Amino acid sequence: MEAGEAKSKKAGGPRLCCICNQRRPVLKRPKTLQQICRECFYEVFEEEIHQVIVVNRLFKSGERVAIGASGGKDSTVLAYVLSELNRRHSYGLDLFLLSIDEGITGYRDDSLETVKRNELQYGLPLQILSYKDLYGWTMDEIVKMIGLKNNCTFCGVFRRQALDRGAALLKVDKLVTGHNADDIAETVLLNILRGDIARLSRCTSITTGEDGPIPRCKPFKYTYEKEIVMYAYFKKLDYFSTECIYSPNAYRGFAREFIKDLERLRPRAILDIIKSGEDFRIATTTKMPEQGTCERCGYISSQKWCKACVLLEGLNRGLPKMGIGRARGGINGDHTRETKAGSKSIETKQCGSLDF
Amino acid sequence: MQLTLEFGGGLELLCDSEKIHKVNVDLPNGADDLTMKHLLSWVRTNLIKERPEMFMKGDTVRPGVLVLVNDCDWELSGQLDTTIEDKDVIVFISTLHGG
Ligand SMILES: [Zn+2]
Ligand SMILES: [Zn+2]
Ligand SMILES: [Zn+2]
Repeated sequence: MEAGEAKSKKAGGPRLCCICNQRRPVLKRPKTLQQICRECFYEVFEEEIHQVIVVNRLFKSGERVAIGASGGKDSTVLAYVLSELNRRHSYGLDLFLLSIDEGITGYRDDSLETVKRNELQYGLPLQILSYKDLYGWTMDEIVKMIGLKNNCTFCGVFRRQALDRGAALLKVDKLVTGHNADDIAETVLLNILRGDIARLSRCTSITTGEDGPIPRCKPFKYTYEKEIVMYAYFKKLDYFSTECIYSPNAYRGFAREFIKDLERLRPRAILDIIKSGEDFRIATTTKMPEQGTCERCGYISSQKWCKACVLLEGLNRGLPKMGIGRARGGINGDHTRETKAGSKSIETKQCGSLDF
Repeated sequence: MQLTLEFGGGLELLCDSEKIHKVNVDLPNGADDLTMKHLLSWVRTNLIKERPEMFMKGDTVRPGVLVLVNDCDWELSGQLDTTIEDKDVIVFISTLHGG
């Protein structure tokens, strides 16, 4: 009897897509629990992103927009969908791919090959900037110097600046990144756990850095990771997936695991957590770190030197632990504008992916 | 029965970096059907060479691993209760690697 039931489950009867009522469903949407066919999935997936772009006025006609491209699933799908929507809805955008070469042998080499294929597949011009050019050090050299323990501090800090510098080089008006709803929910959770109200309000914003030289936005803010991966699978998009060899465990964070467990019990949880993060914003009377610029390189910094310059100084002086974690009495120790370390950020994903 | 198992999104790294595995899986003793539940434990025993916790949690896949049976989300076919037939193609994709 039991076996019979299982059989009928698989056959599923003449169950049809609940949008078109014509075709066989292939996917259960986590957001709505709807069972939908492949064609309807493409349509709602793309249309929702278009709506997010329109409602939030992410772009203006004529703007130059760089897509932070790591070769991973999120940025690959973003590049594909954005160039598609740009054509279909005549956004009038000039789109570019911007990739950072950290100089990690075997890891970045492969993912950059993926981005180079995307350049041809989507017809988007690609700019690759290397850590070596920007900082004088490759990640391999940094790891040789400091060992495997703290290198993701370097990855995160250096990459954030590298994207901004690359965007400036391309003279773009905006930078878009592939951060998805799961990423944002995870960051909300981490910021709540840390009591970091300043970052909590910032991390749910769809656009950040509007006061800086190049605003950043996240068109996938409400897009589930499951749907991004399903979309890439059905469309056979070419993306690269492996862990950064320098941080085999970094992404296996407790928060991610927790979010995925919650999603299994109640898929809406991801959107609810983002909503919670957004609502917290109202209550921010907490003093925000004062924004200034780095005396050395001019990058936005709440302290005398930006985090990248502190880390670089340490590397160049042979004191690589400088600027990492709670070490005190460094360059900014005596001259801080704010006693609270303003530029520490949470590693939300493995270092090989784009950072907030 | 003959099955094609495909691993993607980084899961291939757990099974000799081979994405596609053509395998022969026997029905469990005394059973009339092969279910996903049985297939998962078969995969864990026979294909996963390292870090099985990246693939499974308890008796099912780890949250964040997507499963498609003949290109259809297994959430539509009863997940662990899905029955597998000869020549089926089962795809496992991790959403957890990279961005
Ligand atoms: Zn349909
Ligand atoms: Zn790293
Ligand atoms: Zn600086």
